[in-house]
Amino acid sequence: MLRLEPRPEPSRAMQALTPLAAVLLTLLLGGLLFAALGKDPVAAMRVIFVDPLLDGYSRTELLVKGTPLVLIALGLSFGFRAGVWNIGAEGQFIMGALAAGAVALAFHDVPGLWLLPLMALAGILAGLGWALIPAILKTRFNASEILVSLMLVYVAEQFLIAMVSGPLRDPQGFNFPLSRNFHDSALLPLVLEGSRVHLGVPVTLIAVALAAFVSRRHLFGFRSRLLGEAPRAAAFAGVEAGRMTVICLALSGAAAGLAGMFEAAGPAGQLAPSLPVGYGFTAIIVAFLGRLDPLGILLAGAVMALTYVGGEQAQYVLGIPAAANETFRGMLLFALLAVNLLVHYRLRLVRRAR
Amino acid sequence: MNITRRTLMAGTAAALALGAARVRAQAKQKIKAAFMYVGPVGDFGWSYQHDQGRKAVEAALGERVETSYVESVPEGPDAERVLTQMARSGADLIFATSFGYMDQVIKVARQFPNVKFEHATGYKRAPNVSTYSARFYEGRHVIGLIAGHMTRTNTIGYIASFRIPEVVRGINAAFLAARSVNPKVQFKIVWVSTWFDPAKEADAANALIEQGCDVLMQHTDSPAAMTIAEEKGIYAFGQASDMREFGPNARLSSIIDNWNPYYIARAKAVLDGTWESTDTWGGIASGMTEIGGFSDRVPFEVRKQAMDAAIAIAAGRLHPFTGPIRKQDGSPWLAPGETADDATLLGMDFYVEGITDSLPR
Repeated sequence: MLRLEPRPEPSRAMQALTPLAAVLLTLLLGGLLFAALGKDPVAAMRVIFVDPLLDGYSRTELLVKGTPLVLIALGLSFGFRAGVWNIGAEGQFIMGALAAGAVALAFHDVPGLWLLPLMALAGILAGLGWALIPAILKTRFNASEILVSLMLVYVAEQFLIAMVSGPLRDPQGFNFPLSRNFHDSALLPLVLEGSRVHLGVPVTLIAVALAAFVSRRHLFGFRSRLLGEAPRAAAFAGVEAGRMTVICLALSGAAAGLAGMFEAAGPAGQLAPSLPVGYGFTAIIVAFLGRLDPLGILLAGAVMALTYVGGEQAQYVLGIPAAANETFRGMLLFALLAVNLLVHYRLRLVRRAR
Repeated sequence: MNITRRTLMAGTAAALALGAARVRAQAKQKIKAAFMYVGPVGDFGWSYQHDQGRKAVEAALGERVETSYVESVPEGPDAERVLTQMARSGADLIFATSFGYMDQVIKVARQFPNVKFEHATGYKRAPNVSTYSARFYEGRHVIGLIAGHMTRTNTIGYIASFRIPEVVRGINAAFLAARSVNPKVQFKIVWVSTWFDPAKEADAANALIEQGCDVLMQHTDSPAAMTIAEEKGIYAFGQASDMREFGPNARLSSIIDNWNPYYIARAKAVLDGTWESTDTWGGIASGMTEIGGFSDRVPFEVRKQAMDAAIAIAAGRLHPFTGPIRKQDGSPWLAPGETADDATLLGMDFYVEGITDSLPR
């Protein structure tokens, strides 16, 4: 008989292996799902995970799709390590995109190299500000940041709709709830001609390096880990939980806000109610799949981007329904949580001795 | 003899030249047609009907066409990638079936001049981009008449999506028709800011019923409101598809989007090499807007009146927007006997007189 037994200390090997095991388990479960739908599971996995890597255009699209996921997940990872649960990155992403877009539209047709930095600043501050609401409610009134940040997503969604239906609406757009298309100075330059790979992609790669440095070498990285793993020890070490909550939320909000600016000024090029497509939520999976480690997040972001780009192709080529792709992505988180159990517990075969 | 022969040869040459010209017009043996939908094909409304159109193309052209689709594509950067992938994979004809794909269609079409694009409900065209839509407001007139007769509380609920001309036009058309048969009718309108979100649509339906509505209309894509109407024992209309099975008792009639003939014709045009960029706005007359069968609960006289209206609209004898009509603020819009022109309808951004709600700003 199999029994779960707590390990004396978390297994390092399992810690390193869980993401891989989770992906493999997802492939297995996903394969069963596709087979149950009457599709060839091997062909499906090839279309989703291999073909996009072999095709130049798809590779560039992986970068475009993965960038917001990685950037948001990086910001979230510090808080998640410290036990600060920002579930509302989607809302901070929206506010960042909205603020950056508002700046772009306020200076419509004004040329200048200063515009993009200003938009980035607006995006960062808006995301940060939106994340400070749960931070303050948490530190002042001990309101759960999980609920507050999550509920603010819906407020941000409605605010975006109100703005693009009203003040930011395209005057020549037949009243459709869309902004104008941004002019050239408000669009991120492309770093790969003939693709949609914009400046935000290399910036995000730099952010990965920066986050890796901070989490490994900087005091803040250490403190966030300490607070999450041993709150009492952290208190003795002089880590103020309240301050860390505010900093972690602000940081994740800023990253999500910047990701929003990248999306608006990059592939979208305008504001629309359909701008948010769930990057803020998917980034939570990316953060955990990457074991809250910056390099792991980069890899996890790539895997997640594959499920989107490859998932569309699987629909197109094999007729796999969109809902099956969604389920497949959900399985990844499920598998991760399940496998994660093995970090702290081990399976032991025990003889029925009674 | 000689002459005859020469004539014959000239004729042959002409025929050959003609044949060459036809080859140059790029008639094709087989084409690939790709479809991009905003919702799942299982929404049993908007996207479902477009997918019926895809199946109709397959049924009509058989071996000469290969179709495929991608569903639930958000109206934004993702749409551009899906369109690009379709064009790169060798699609000859691409149907993009939501308004929000407009800029992406134009952008991708520029990069693939040999691929033909068909964009539903948009207004931007290019040499390889056609637009098409249906005059849903003609259907709104017909179901508005029925709703006006059937309401007991004189309160009709309307679930609206986005404040765009198409939706505002539908509200106005339905309201005018309902008022014309029942001067006491009031409309209550809920804006859900989505095309497809069964939970939100159901919430809106419940909210409207609590406010005393006993007939529901919708401009969203799922049958959620219909199922709520069935549960609560009130009336509703099928939207985009018939939705009969979701409200066997609640459903009074429906507005059905029938894209099949248009899709078949466009695919044939690409096969024959005769495809051109066009703008199509079909209505009841062309069959693009269909009125679903009437429920037995609708009294015979009402059914007859609705049927007569549909026939009159199809024959061009009746226009749902015929003056005198004033705007909501009381200012005159159409003089007695005057009918609205298409340009005004396409940009409609005002309620007509009598609607008490205000347009969201």
